[in-house]
Amino acid sequence: MKVRDRVKRSMRQWTLSMTREDLEERLRSTREPTEYGVDSFGLSVDTILDAMGPVVWLYKHYFRVETKGLEKVPRGRVLLISNHSGQLPLDAAMIAIAMVAEANPPRIIRSMIEKWVPTLPIVSTLFARVGQVVGTPENCRRLLEHEEAILVFPEGVKGISKMFNERYQLQEFGLGFMRLALETKTPIVPVAVIGAEEQAPAFANVKPLAKVLGFPVFPITPTIIPIPLPTKYRISFGEPITFHGRPDDDDAELEKRVMVVKAAIQSMLEQGLKARKAVFW
Amino acid sequence: MSDAQPVVVVTGISGNLGRMVAKLLHREAKVVGIDRRPFVGRPKDVEHYQVDLRKKKVDEVFRRHPVKAILHMGIMHDPRMSAEDHHSFNIIGTTKVLECAAKYNVKKLVVLSSASVYGPSPDNSNFLSEEAPLMAASRFPSMRDLIEVDMLAHGFLWRHPETETVVLRPVHIIGPTIRNAPSNYLRLKRPWMLLGFDPMVQLIHMEDAARSMLEGLKPGRKGVYNVVGPGEVPLSSVFRELGADPVRMPHLVARRMLETAFKYRMAEFPPEELDHIQFLCMVDGKRWKTETGWEPRYTMKATIRSVLGE
Repeated sequence: MKVRDRVKRSMRQWTLSMTREDLEERLRSTREPTEYGVDSFGLSVDTILDAMGPVVWLYKHYFRVETKGLEKVPRGRVLLISNHSGQLPLDAAMIAIAMVAEANPPRIIRSMIEKWVPTLPIVSTLFARVGQVVGTPENCRRLLEHEEAILVFPEGVKGISKMFNERYQLQEFGLGFMRLALETKTPIVPVAVIGAEEQAPAFANVKPLAKVLGFPVFPITPTIIPIPLPTKYRISFGEPITFHGRPDDDDAELEKRVMVVKAAIQSMLEQGLKARKAVFW
Repeated sequence: MSDAQPVVVVTGISGNLGRMVAKLLHREAKVVGIDRRPFVGRPKDVEHYQVDLRKKKVDEVFRRHPVKAILHMGIMHDPRMSAEDHHSFNIIGTTKVLECAAKYNVKKLVVLSSASVYGPSPDNSNFLSEEAPLMAASRFPSMRDLIEVDMLAHGFLWRHPETETVVLRPVHIIGPTIRNAPSNYLRLKRPWMLLGFDPMVQLIHMEDAARSMLEGLKPGRKGVYNVVGPGEVPLSSVFRELGADPVRMPHLVARRMLETAFKYRMAEFPPEELDHIQFLCMVDGKRWKTETGWEPRYTMKATIRSVLGE
């Protein structure tokens, strides 16, 4: 027990030294105090501070993330809609660290996880403590009503598992986020992540193997398993867009609004790609 | 023979929760209990009929007294009981109660169901509303009759608008004298937890649960409600509060072991109960809170510590 506490303390110290000394107070000041240190959804500021060190290290030293436009994210409820790629969801982790370590005031973003994650030991608990919830519309609605920031990847699995030759081509967007945005009157901030799409270039998808293992895809990358390469990440946050309309409208009507978001992300991606000189620096 | 004062019939009055309800209610209303068990420590002004809910004799209670309300908690959940007995007692008993409510024109019926009818599951939303499907039996078949009781009452609510029917689905009821699965589990010295799982849980003190039954008696209350206690807390924090030292078991091993142990009567929990300490089964109590101004009296700390008999 003693050893565990000491490890936790040094992990937290590491996080603070990489970010800012007053991160803990700043983070706590944004959230309601709780009797047992855990909010009603299971989020624990302590666990976040203890566990985020390695991810902050990746953010600072491995992917050397550059962010732009963080000040555009409004306070209160907001949906962050981003492109998704890279075989492993490091893009989500990097957006989360940007919001915690660099945004002012810091925001703990919640993201929606697949329904099988709660069946995994350790991962299920860790994810709940750092603020993730199972991706049901009810959970999303409730968190927005609590004025939280939620990260959504409307490309879903098709995005994260895209092949290398499809990089920066947005896959089909789901409509669910738009329905929720209209219902809860939540502004949408388009987010473009550049760099993740090259971190684990997949050249082939071994479908039979994916089927046997129950994975959505089984990508073959230069490192065989998708170990991410140290590409340079560039994350930009766009102007918030507020949509109006009926949440129960026809899909075609919602699709029109979704296309606005998709176009915003696509143009941010293109601008960013044009501006960058190299993939790795 | 007939008594002029209108009475409240309480089924299952001899249980811990039933006795608590009687204690809180008997000064405000004339209470008549029905339970096949004797009523130990019965207050003098409470009349008790020691009969099985399924029996004809139940009618006599209604013929003798002008019944204005029924609090139905004569529902049992004992995994050791034969499935047939269990089912018969719960379903036929409840049907009998509903029949009497209709036949004797009872104006109010409060039925105690449970938030466990939704069932713990990995794909549950964190907070289930009253509209969520009752899925408990899909993984735990012996929950079927509790779901049926809930649905019988729910059906009655629609078919008999002349009776104000309230179905309450409180979260895990715990208390010093209660001997249900959650209270027994929390009283263990070396309880099992599943390695790598620490779900959020909701608990309510038995006295708060009893108070919610009485709240349901108030005129105008009608409908199906989740009832939440002082909030949500990780299971590990509950044990820390109790000073217990849980054993972390890998869930696959735990399931196998408990299956065998339960079969040979070395454990009192069926293996399906493990779902409750692995996955979420939490409810949203907003409807009850906004419509009745519900506030539990016991804090989370006091609720948790109540299982120790403090």
